[in-house]
Amino acid sequence: MSKDKPKVATASLAGCFGCHMSLLDIDDRILKLIELVDFDKSPVDDIKEFTGRCAVGLIEGGCCNEENVRVLKDFRRHCDVLVSVGDCAINGGIPALRNGIPLKECMDEAYLNGPTVHNPSGQVPNDREIPLVLDKVYPCHEVVKIDYHLPGCPPSADTLWAALVALLEGKPLELPYELIKYD
Amino acid sequence: MSGKITFTIDGKEIEARQGQTILEAAEDAGIYIPKLCQMKGLVPHGSCRVCTVMVNGRPQAACTQPATDGMVVENDTPELKGMRRDIIDMLFVEGNHFCMFCDKSGNCELQAIAYRLGICAPKFPYLFPNRDLDASHPDIFIDRNRCVLCGRCVEASRDIDGKCVFEFVGRGPHKKIAVNAEAKLVDTDIDITDKAVNVCPVGAIIKKRVGYAVPIGERLYDKEPIGSDVENNKK
Repeated sequence: MSKDKPKVATASLAGCFGCHMSLLDIDDRILKLIELVDFDKSPVDDIKEFTGRCAVGLIEGGCCNEENVRVLKDFRRHCDVLVSVGDCAINGGIPALRNGIPLKECMDEAYLNGPTVHNPSGQVPNDREIPLVLDKVYPCHEVVKIDYHLPGCPPSADTLWAALVALLEGKPLELPYELIKYD
Repeated sequence: MSGKITFTIDGKEIEARQGQTILEAAEDAGIYIPKLCQMKGLVPHGSCRVCTVMVNGRPQAACTQPATDGMVVENDTPELKGMRRDIIDMLFVEGNHFCMFCDKSGNCELQAIAYRLGICAPKFPYLFPNRDLDASHPDIFIDRNRCVLCGRCVEASRDIDGKCVFEFVGRGPHKKIAVNAEAKLVDTDIDITDKAVNVCPVGAIIKKRVGYAVPIGERLYDKEPIGSDVENNKK
């Protein structure tokens, strides 16, 4: 890795990886991206821990468990600019549909009462290795300070590209009308 | 009296007919004032306050305030945009607006105003309220998660359909749209052809079995901002 290039880190919290797929959807521009930046902690290169300070952190997904919160805070500590990517990061998205339902009811439905559940032991998973589930799904900006938001489910490849180029060139991120979409 | 009056919006001179509201006169002059509860054909009642403009330095709802000779109206200012943004932000966080699976997405006026104001995320915390659905009717369903209490369906049902199917009940955060039946929408005399079914600015009253007839990306506000029709069709 070159030492001159700025680093970009990405993470998927409570999301579906669709926003990461959209990032790959920038097509051949990904070759240009690799010339512009080095990827640090990210599922793209499978680096698990930060190797240094990053210019930009892209966060997909909201916080539904304590591990999500830990990862998000870790990103905030390591990234100069932190960006919420997609509706799950911005408003909880589909996972936040559980926010109106008490957590116990959600767990019971998932592991005991659901029509397709086969669970003879009748146990709800409670191993200490499993991250503690939060009472509800939180958008990222309600957990740490977020600098920019890229809405969309997922944001289009053009949106991600426009945002990355602007941020890496140190320009203010102002999305044109066509690139602000919530669907 | 000639019946003609003149006033200014953001310094531009506008001619209006006696009895016109600021909003009507502005739209005739090709000036878009964002609005949510107001709709042509319904009596304006100034409930959403998105169309708030400064009239001689005081905030007024443009949809209910009559235009008067010589008034000075401000519309496109950073302060008013900020106020409108706050209202739209609050409408988003006070309901459960999941645009990603809403069939109204792209045709939704709330979403379109947010797009036009450049909102990427609301600044207030989400409330995630508990609201109920009513899918009992064979042709129509109500999703109260998306209701912004604009009252268009109440008015359209009462004044145009002559049925009074909808009405508000409750106060404050408990206020919601109710139907004039013992239990469900299916028990009312609402019909798919009623005006009330076609006036919802958001996805709270939706017709069944027509979803995604127009794909996402080709819908009303996907390419052009809301208000473009007003700005392009100067009378």
